[in-house]
Parts: sequence; structure tokens; C-alpha cells
Amino acid sequence: MSTSRRVFLRLAATAATAAAAGSALGCAASGGARRRLAMAIDVRKCLDVHGCRACVDACHEAHNVPAIPDRAHEVKWVWKEPFERALAVREPATLPAALRGSEVLVLCNHCDNPPCTRVCPTGATWKRDDGVVAMDEHRCIGCRYCVAACPYGSRSFNFVDPRPFVAHPTSDYPTRTKGVVEKCTFCEERLAVGRLPACVDACPAGAMVFGDLDERGSEIRKLLNERYSVRRRPELGTRPQVFYVI
Amino acid sequence: MRRPTLLVAGLAAFVALATWPVWHALAGPRPTAPELARPVGATECVAPTDYMRASHMKLLVEWRDRVVRDGVRAYTDRHGRVVTMSLSKTCIGACHTDKTKFCDRCHDYTGVKPTCWDCHVVPPVPAPPALAARGEVR
Repeated sequence: MSTSRRVFLRLAATAATAAAAGSALGCAASGGARRRLAMAIDVRKCLDVHGCRACVDACHEAHNVPAIPDRAHEVKWVWKEPFERALAVREPATLPAALRGSEVLVLCNHCDNPPCTRVCPTGATWKRDDGVVAMDEHRCIGCRYCVAACPYGSRSFNFVDPRPFVAHPTSDYPTRTKGVVEKCTFCEERLAVGRLPACVDACPAGAMVFGDLDERGSEIRKLLNERYSVRRRPELGTRPQVFYVI
Repeated sequence: MRRPTLLVAGLAAFVALATWPVWHALAGPRPTAPELARPVGATECVAPTDYMRASHMKLLVEWRDRVVRDGVRAYTDRHGRVVTMSLSKTCIGACHTDKTKFCDRCHDYTGVKPTCWDCHVVPPVPAPPALAARGEVR
């Protein structure tokens, strides 16, 4: 069978048009625009409530995070780190006095290019379409590749059975078991019912803003447009989605 | 074969000993199927009883995957009833109140040890008056 160049080009153009139309329809069917969930932490507002642990406590209570006294076994979803270390400040002397030696909140960065999901051999951790780096403890085999891959130390491994270390377990959220990895999930269980993450809700200073970066006019979009912000270790190319407004 | 009697007696003793568990079980009381506390007023779970009895674990695994992997939380049963796919909010909590009088009774009877509750937290059993008001039996 011989196909003339003209017929071939016509067929190719028809196929390309059909493919483009199909893709556009698929996009419309899935709600059109993609969501890009992110968090902004206003460091100065956070520092105004010195010593506050409301977000950490709210998160750890809501998710049955164990309080293990042995630091080698500790499990944490949200915690505080010295500013210089958290944001890898190379010249601390140039920092404003208010920030020098202060502590900032750190959590999973829900990276746009997460190294942890790439190394997971079982698909127990993956990036959802809305940007949340999710965790399925049912599938976790405890290899800890993700712990090694995360440059932010945002993942904790359960070296011991965590249940005895959860003072008041809530039945609204499962605990984990010995041998699995856990981390912040941006409170996906709360997002599913239209609520904000527990830490954002609990912050007495309103220092945490959560929302959709792709939504024009969203609170987080406005804040990031107006104020200067930094991210943790941007040189690594992980594109963190937790922004520090300073 | 000098002493056939002794041989036969020995063999008989061996067979009796080897089959002892069978005789013992047959002679003893017949085990009764566990009685389960069912919510009064509800005629059926989210699927027919026979299916739930045989395959509830498959349904729960399907629920788990849909919630965790796909982010879908609502389940519509064949009667159009919509429930939240949750072990510790719907199965135990909203429908059954006491895990020990439902899940455990069958699992203990059949010697099955599911790992669901290693992580999922059993909701507190409501106080007796609240239980009576909801019509929970046994």
C-alpha cells in the first residue's frame, strides 16, 4: 500500500487535532486548573508569641504522634529548629537581630520535586495532584530510603511501638506501628472535609497561611506577592512548598 | 511374630493416642457459633450479610485503598445509602459500638488475628444508658 505525502500529512494533522481536543476535554472533566497547596509561615509573627507550641501540640494531638523521650527514637511532624540551621544561613552575622538565634517552625516541605517519593520502593509515599506528599503507612516496609532521601529530616521512623507513648489516643486518626515511617501530611484528612491544617487553625498569632498557590487572589498568593520569602535549601532543586516570610 | 496380642494392643494404643484430639473433640460439648451484638433497627450492613460475613476484609481493603490512595471518602451502598469509609468512625462508632462484642467474638472463635487495630484506635464504648437509647442489644 502506498500513501502519498499529502494523505500522510492530512492524517497526521487530524490525529494531532483529535489528541489536543481529547486532552482539553480531560482537563475540563477533572475540574480544569490544578491545585498547588502550600504553606507560608510569617517568621516574625511566629516570634511574637515566644515559646508558643500551640501548632506542635495541636498537630501531635490530632495525629496521635508519640512523645518518645529517647531522642534516638523520637517521632515528630512539626517542630522548631534554630533559624540559622533550618534555613542554612551562611552568614548569620548579617541576619537581623530579631532572627539571630531564634527558632522557626519546620515540617515536611511537600516539595514540588520530592526526593522521598522517588526512592520509595513500594509506592507508600507519593505526590498527589494537589501537591500533598502523601504517606500510606499500610504499604510502608520500613526500609527508610525516604528518611535518607529527605534533606530536611522531615520523616521519622518508628523504632519502637509508638502506642504506649501516645498519652490520649484519639480514634479520629490512627496511630502508627513499629517499623513504619511517618511525617506531616498537610492534614489531608482535614482538607478532605474542608478544614485547614490543625497547626494553621491552632496558631494564636495567625502566622501560618495555607492555601492554593495557583488560585489567583488566595491569601497565600497575596502574602507571597507582597512579602519577601525564602525556602529551605532551594539549591537542592526540591522546590519546597513551605515558604518562610521574613 | 511371637506375641501378636502385644503387637495388636500396642498398635491399638498408638492409634487411640494419635486420634485422641478427634475423640476428645467429638465427645465434648459442641462449640456454639459466637453471638454478635448487632445494631437494632439495621437490617443489613453496606452489603448483604452473606457477603459481609465471608468478604468483609476485602471490602475494608477496598475502602482503605479508595480513602488513602484516591482520596475518596464516601461510599454508596446498593440501597443508595451514603456512608463514610472509616473503620473507627463508621464500622465501630457509628454502627457497632463495642468492638469486643462484634469483631473480636468471631475473630477469637476462628483464631484470626487481624492487624487493623494495631494502628487504628478503637473508639470509646458509649456509657450504658447511651447504649440502651441507641438500641444496642447484648
